[in-house]
Formats: sequence, C-alpha cells, structure tokens
Amino acid sequence: MTAADITAGKEAEDRIAVASNWKLVWWRFRRHHLAMASAVLLIFMYTIVLVPNFFSTQDPERTDARQAFIPVQTVHLFDDGSFSPWVPAIAGKRNPTTLRMEWTTDSNKKVPVTFFGTGYKWKVFGLFETTRHLIVPVDPNQRIFLLGSDRLGRDQWSRIMHGTQTSMTVGLVAVALSVILGVVLGGISGYVGGKTDSVIQRLIELLQSVPTIPIWLALSAALPRDWTPTQIFFAITVILSLVGWTTLGREVRGRFLALREEDFVLAARLAGCSRMRIILRHMVPTFLSHIIATSSLAIPVMIINETSLSFLGLGIRPPAISWGVLLQEAQNIQTLALAPWLLIPGLVVIVAVLAFNLVGDGLRDAADPYSH
Amino acid sequence: MSDVLPDRGPPGPLTSGPEAHTPLLDVRGLQKFFPITRGFLQRTVGHVRAVDGVDFTVNEGETLGLVGESGCGKTTASRCILRAIDPTGGQILYRTRTGKVVDLASLPPAELLPLRAEIQMIFQDPFGSLNPRMTLLDNVGEPLLVNGMKSRRERTDRVAELLRLVGLRPEFMHRFPHAFSGGQRQRIGIARALATNPRLVVADEPVSALDVSIQAQVLNLLLELQARLKLTFLFVAHDLSVVRHISDRIAVMYVGQLVELAPTDAIFRQPLHPYTAALMRAVPAADPRVRSGDGVLSGEVPSPANPPSGCYFHPRCRHAQARCKVEAPALREIAPGHVSRCHFAGEMVF
Amino acid sequence: MSTEAQPLLSVRDLRVSFVLDEGLVRAVDGTSFDVMPGQVLGVVGESGCGKSVTMRAILQLIDRPGRITKGEIHFRRDSGVVDLVQLSPRGGEMRDIRGGEIALIPQEPMAAFSPVHTVGDQIVEAILLHSHRWQPDRKLSRSEARDITVGLFRDVGISMPEQRIYTYSWQLSGGLRQRAMIAMALSCKPRLLIADEPTTAIDVTTQAQVLALLRDLQARYNTAIIFITHDLGVIAQMASYVVVMYLGRVMEEGPVDDIFHAPKHPYTRALLRSIPSLYGQTRVALPVISGALPHPFNRPPGCPFHPRCPDVMERCSVAVPRLMPVGTSQLASCFLHHEEAEQA
Repeated sequence: MTAADITAGKEAEDRIAVASNWKLVWWRFRRHHLAMASAVLLIFMYTIVLVPNFFSTQDPERTDARQAFIPVQTVHLFDDGSFSPWVPAIAGKRNPTTLRMEWTTDSNKKVPVTFFGTGYKWKVFGLFETTRHLIVPVDPNQRIFLLGSDRLGRDQWSRIMHGTQTSMTVGLVAVALSVILGVVLGGISGYVGGKTDSVIQRLIELLQSVPTIPIWLALSAALPRDWTPTQIFFAITVILSLVGWTTLGREVRGRFLALREEDFVLAARLAGCSRMRIILRHMVPTFLSHIIATSSLAIPVMIINETSLSFLGLGIRPPAISWGVLLQEAQNIQTLALAPWLLIPGLVVIVAVLAFNLVGDGLRDAADPYSH
Repeated sequence: MSDVLPDRGPPGPLTSGPEAHTPLLDVRGLQKFFPITRGFLQRTVGHVRAVDGVDFTVNEGETLGLVGESGCGKTTASRCILRAIDPTGGQILYRTRTGKVVDLASLPPAELLPLRAEIQMIFQDPFGSLNPRMTLLDNVGEPLLVNGMKSRRERTDRVAELLRLVGLRPEFMHRFPHAFSGGQRQRIGIARALATNPRLVVADEPVSALDVSIQAQVLNLLLELQARLKLTFLFVAHDLSVVRHISDRIAVMYVGQLVELAPTDAIFRQPLHPYTAALMRAVPAADPRVRSGDGVLSGEVPSPANPPSGCYFHPRCRHAQARCKVEAPALREIAPGHVSRCHFAGEMVF
Repeated sequence: MSTEAQPLLSVRDLRVSFVLDEGLVRAVDGTSFDVMPGQVLGVVGESGCGKSVTMRAILQLIDRPGRITKGEIHFRRDSGVVDLVQLSPRGGEMRDIRGGEIALIPQEPMAAFSPVHTVGDQIVEAILLHSHRWQPDRKLSRSEARDITVGLFRDVGISMPEQRIYTYSWQLSGGLRQRAMIAMALSCKPRLLIADEPTTAIDVTTQAQVLALLRDLQARYNTAIIFITHDLGVIAQMASYVVVMYLGRVMEEGPVDDIFHAPKHPYTRALLRSIPSLYGQTRVALPVISGALPHPFNRPPGCPFHPRCPDVMERCSVAVPRLMPVGTSQLASCFLHHEEAEQA
C-alpha cells in the first residue's frame, strides 16, 4: 500500500463517517444498475405524465374514419447522410374483395418531421398556451402515426402519452392514499396496541379475505353513470386504495412493534423525550425508507389493477384515456390480426410495471444501510 | 409472597468508600409479574414472577453488582428501577439531588420526567443503543435538548466535553454511529448516559458484547468516571469475574429472588449461599493449572412461571434437606452486611 | 499406530478472501496449524480474527462471495491423506468427510436442528447416511440406528433417552439441546470434532456442564477436537494445545501451559493481562491493549497487531513476521523473537 492509497482510503472513510442515512441509501441504490436504469426510465415516464401534450404529435381525440388502422411509421433521422428527420409516407388502397383499406409504407416518399416544432394548441399545466411539441410533421396539414392508428383513425402514440398520464397518476395517487391510511392506522395499531390493535387487525384480515375483483366490480358498478371522467378517475383511485392499504398497514404496525423494543428508543425515553418526539424523531425516520420501498412495489400492483378494471370496461371509461382503455381496443382477435400494433399499450404496461418492481427491489435492498 | 427483610434498621456502613453511609437507592419488596395469556380472548392464566420480592440498597458512590443467569430477573429489576417498565409491587425509594426521598415505583409520569436526568442507563448492545440516523452530536446531545438546553452552541460545547471525557475526539461529533467500532460506540453510549450529570447509572451488561481486548478499556473507563464524577453504579452482568472486578458489593439473583448480598471480598472469601458457591465454581479459570468445574451444578434454572416448592434452589442443591423442599427460606443477615436466603447459611460451608 | 506422530489435520498457509462491495476482505491470511489425533486444540481470538472462517474452510462451507485463494488442508483418512481444498465442496468425498469424519458442534443448537422433525429422527438420518462408519460391510437398519441414537443420548447425559429421542428441538431446554447437538455430532464416530463457540450462548452453570461432558467424551472416545472460543477461561480448561489468532493470522501457538504461563507474543501477553480474574485485585485499572480492532477493510500493513503493540519496532509496519519456533515448544510470529519475514 502506498502513502497515496492510505490517504485516499482515509478520505473515503471520512466521507462515509459523516454520511447521513439517505446518502448511504443512495450509495447502495446506485450500485444496482438495473434499478438505476429503471429509475431513469420512470423519471422519463413521469415527465410524460406532467406534459403529455408536448410528447403527442396530434390531438388524441382527433378521429378520421378514412385513416383507420394505419400501421407504424418509423422515424428516420438522416436523409442522404445529413440530419433531416422524416417518416415514410403511407399509401392506402381499398381491397376490392374485402373492401378494407390496405396500407403500405413507401420509403421513397418522405414526410419531413421536425423536433420542437409547432402543432396543435395545448396548455402547460392548464396555465399558458403553447403549440410546441416534441415531434411534429413540418407540414401542419399532414398527420403522422408513430405507433399506428386505431379503428377510429386516432393516433395511438398520442393516445399512449395521455394514457400514461392517467395510469401512472392513478398508481401514484392510489398508493399515496394507501400509505396515508396504512401509516396512520398501522401506526395507531402498533403504538397504542391492546384493543385498538385487535380491532384494526381484524379489519385488515376482513378486507384481505374479501375477493378483490368482485368487490371492485361491485364498487365501480355502483359509480353513477353520469359522473365526469375526472370524478370516475378519483373514485377508482379511492376504491383501489381502500383495499390496498392493508398490506402497508401491517408492515407499519410490525415496524412500530419492533422499534418499540429497540434500545435506542428506550434510551430516548430514559433521556426524557416526549412520546411525540420519540415517534417523529426516532421511529418514523427509521422505517421511512422501508415505507418508500414498499410503496414503490405497490404502485405497479395498482397500475395492473387499474388496467385490468379499465380493460373490463369497469374502471376508467372512454372518453378518458388510460392504458386499460387503450387495451380495450385490442380485445378482439380480428383487430389483432389486422392491427397488431394495438397491443403496444400492453408492452408499455409491462415495461412500467417491471421498472417499478426493479426500483422497488433496489430500494428495499438499499433501505437499511446498517443491516450488515 | 414478598419476603420482607427482618428489620434492617438504618443501612449500616457496608463498604470502605467515603460515601458509604448514605443510601441513594433503597429497593424494597420489588415485584414484577408478567401475565401469561392464552387463547383468542387473551385470558390471563398465570404469571411469570420475573422479579419476586427483591430488597437491596445502593449507597451513594458505590457500585452494586447484580449477577445471575439468564431469566433470574436481574435485567427486569434494573428496568423497573429505571421505570422503563412499571413494577407490579414494592417500593423503589430514591433520594433526589435536593435530598427528597421519592418512590420511583409509584411516581406519576409527569413527576418522573424531571428525575430521568438523574438516573441514566448504559446499554449492552453498542450497535442497537444509538440511533443510526443521528450524528453523535444529536445522539449524545438529545438528553441535553429535551432537558432544556435549547442553544445548539451550548450543546455542541457540552457534547465535545463529554466526548473528551470518554476518550473520543470531539471532532467526531458530526459523524454517524456507523463510523465507529463496538468499543467506541460503547464510549458514545456512556457519553450520552453522562450528558445530564446523572447520579445513578444503571449499566446493563455494558461489556459483555465487546471483544476481550476492548472489555478492559471500558471497565477502566467506568472506574475512572466513577471516581471523577462521584457516580453510583448498579452494574448488571452475568460474568462473575467482571462483576467482581468492578463492584463494591455483589447481589446474586436466582429465579426472581435475591439469594445473597455481601461486600465483594466477603462473598468471594466465603459465599453463604450454595448457589453463589456453585456459580463461582462454574467460572472457567483462565489458568490451565487451576482445574475449575468440579462440583458442577446438575439440572437447569427453573422457569419463573413455575418455580419449585420451598427453596427455589433445592432441586439443584447438593446440600438440600427435607426442610428445603417445603419451607421457603427468608433473607437473613448472617454477618454484618452479608445476607443470604438459605436455611443453613452460617452453619454449613458451601 | 504409525499415525500417532503425524497430524490428523494439517492446515498450511490458508488464505480466504471475501469480495464485498466495500472492498476485498482477507478474512484468513496465511494460517497454519496442525491437529494431532486425540488432541484438543483450542483456537482463541477476537471477532474478525478468522477463527470461524478457518473452520468453515476446513468443512468447505465457504459461501460466495468468499473464496479459498490459497493454501492446503491435509486431512488423514483411512485411505490416505487428502487435500480438502482440492475436493469439490458438493462432491461425494467431501460430503462423506463433512458430517462423517469431521463433525461440527455449532454455536446455536436451535438453528442446527430442524423444528419439524424429532431430534431422534434427525440423528437416525445422519447415522444411516454415514452408516459405514458403524458397520463397514452392510447398511444399518433403521432400528439399529435408533438403538445407537438412544446409546448416544445416554452417553451425553440426557435422561430418559428412549422418550427424549421423540421430542422436537424446541421442546428441549438450552442445555439439553446442546447435549443433543453433541450426540448428533458424535453420531458418525468422527475423527475430528469442531466445536465453534459451543458454550457462548448458554449460561455459566450450563456451560460448566457442557464443558465437563465434552472433556469426559473426549477422554472416552479419544476424538480430536478443535475448540473455538473467545473465552480464555474456556480455552485454559479445555485445550491441551492453543492457537492464538488475530486478524486472520496465527500470532502464537503452543502447549496450553506455555501459552498461559510463558506467552511469547505481545498480543497473547496483553490479552492475558487484560482479563479480570477471580483472584486479582478489584477496582483497579486493568492493563489494556490500546486502540480498537481494525476494520477488516483497513488491514494495517506489516504485522497486523503492530498499531496496538506495546513493543512495536520500525520493521513491524513494513514486513509481516513469519510463524517460527520460539523456545522449545512454542511458535510465534513476532520480530521480537526472530528475524524471519513472510515473502511478499
């Protein structure tokens, strides 16, 4: 070992010595490459959630029966060696026997597209108007279908962007509600104990023993038909979290029970700390990272639940757009044979769920940096 | 059920220490029962008599060692004194800094709170007793903060002083516990216990989780701090050699009861209870020329939920007689300051 | 027997490393010692000294990310000497040796027994698995194995063995469980018994019982025992030959009386001085070893003990002293006694 090595080692040691819990968690999380990549992907997806219109090429509701089932148009960045993005043009011909439109892409005819160009009008966070989009055709009268179109001629790419907003938000909000319910009820259960604990635990057991799908079906069927999509959206979120908090509630209770016996909690009591201070300063920070990890594992479950409900036509209903609503389009075999790209929303669901699970696993492993 | 001492009178001079005459803590008939519950309705079907009528005093400035095997109730008794758990019965008389005598066993929480600063604890596990998410400044400074030292500057100065006192560099105060070894963490724990200038320190197995080469360092530190700060220690441990080294007097517990209490020299010169004698013989001597382990105790420690009749020790005692099976012995003073719970104490040599 | 003078087990320059995220940990860093047939070898050391890892290496139980990087472990079998390092950890020969010829008494007997099978059944299974150690020419029957189990229970001092073999481990008290564990370890007539801190988790009076039992069994069966502990008292009472380890290296070894009464290495000397005894003066400062045990990631260069050593010399921080004979019966790795350094 050289002197330089020893100094370097000493500095690293000093850095670790003053590192807070969150820093240690971050250092450990960073070493999970898959989880890191997934986290980047999720950050990107939540950017879409914030401004789906910016990523859309056209209004997701714009229909045109003459442009139904247009296949995927791939973006090409270079034309003749110079940067000039384009998509191949689409030519349609009606099949004389089936009377269906049959589309062919023609790579020789190029539709020029531009990044950060102008397209339809939208409002950033509903505040100020803009026409900027990530990618639009140079000619505003042209339509491009990056992921094809559905049976009504709506652009699937733009619809997926908007579906992402709904589905990812449902997941997040439902888990946030579950966390609030779980932490409050689980915390009371664990800290107060006794009769209260018994009542809450029996309630959790009851909720967990009820078959979820029929309950959801019943609850969503009970939603008034005349509710707006936003109202339905919130109702669905609440329904999901009402059933979803139980697991978290148990986890929080378990942590509270274990922590009550920790020496450093006893030390705080003997030092004369108040109950509130013990809970807020000693107990909550200790299990916060675990709660975050558990929640990030709960989000994909919520997303799947929402998607399944909407797929069955019982969750979010058109005209609102969610991944489940989009997958409804892919419900019959005929459509699938004709337009397999309508399955792409399913792929998006898989990617999102996988990413959440990987991040959650990474967080769970990193959550307790003192475990070894 | 509770064995009351035959009138003890005013506590006599028990050790050679200068403050030996004034008891700081007087524990009388301390009991702690844990209910055994069964079934869905959590019906109580019995009690574990973890501590069953324990009497002792701790004099100001001395170290009382409390020894026994697992399940003997020594930890439960010490937690009762700290009021980490509420005792079932008995009195814990404590003479406060102002000279008032209060009963810790029955003190309401509001009145207990100001006394917390005077009675502190050192933990066994140096890894679990510090909050890993707080720096040393916050860990050691917390007792100061909650006891009214609101100024951060003042706290920083005091924590620096405390760290120096336990042999750590004050620059370490911005580090987190994970940067320290077991022995260092134990020093940090001691610093925290001393933050509020306590008078009584309950040390629960403070060296048993440490490596052999570190134990001596911490024992020396405790002895030095006691002399410097005039501390009173209740030292709970299972290791007889450690307890012997640090204690002025030693109390031996067995199945929730005190079986013998005497000055260290006296108890080691001549134990007046067969259990104490057996405990001493069981300690393997760190010298191959001394063969220890003769007269090994047979059987195992009975459960405090279902103790034997008569003298709790009779099933394992090689001196047991018919009387021991039926009649529970009382704690008697055999020699000045030397009490034993054996029918034959003073008559037999164990 | 001609093997009398030759070691049963010979560990030579054993090195075990763990590759962790934080860096490379050299848990065992060039350890050598011999175990003679019928000898009780005590291995003593503090946490991180590599005593347990060495034992796991002998049993080929080093799990990833750990690896034996160097060294030999020669074990004498009926068929000749084998190098355990060369055997496949999961291979038939190693499985035959592990549990059959080398048995382990673990620290926590609760974890070593399955809670869903009776203690007797588990021992019967072990006997049937290594049946040839009892009956070389034929397979033992289940009832024969059960009779052997009852006999073993009687040997380890469990009363009512006929009934007790039908109990589950969690129904037994700590002391009985440790006895059942010893019966399990003896069930295959091992040549070598490794006792890894077998009394650390139990009370002092029970510890005295278990130590007395092990001493008695050792005298009766003449099994070689490697006794690992951090407790110098237990070592003094149990071992006939002692190996003192520190940070993965052997500091000193020798007959128990020499180690306790004429220690050569500064570490052994300091360690012995620092423990409170039942006879010394009370309430006085004990002589201490200064400093803390180094973190395994930051091994000091040179002699691992030099930063804490009272007799440190300039050379100690540069070169690693070799384990060399010192005096008539001891070996020590310290430059106070010889000049030999380890090759870099």
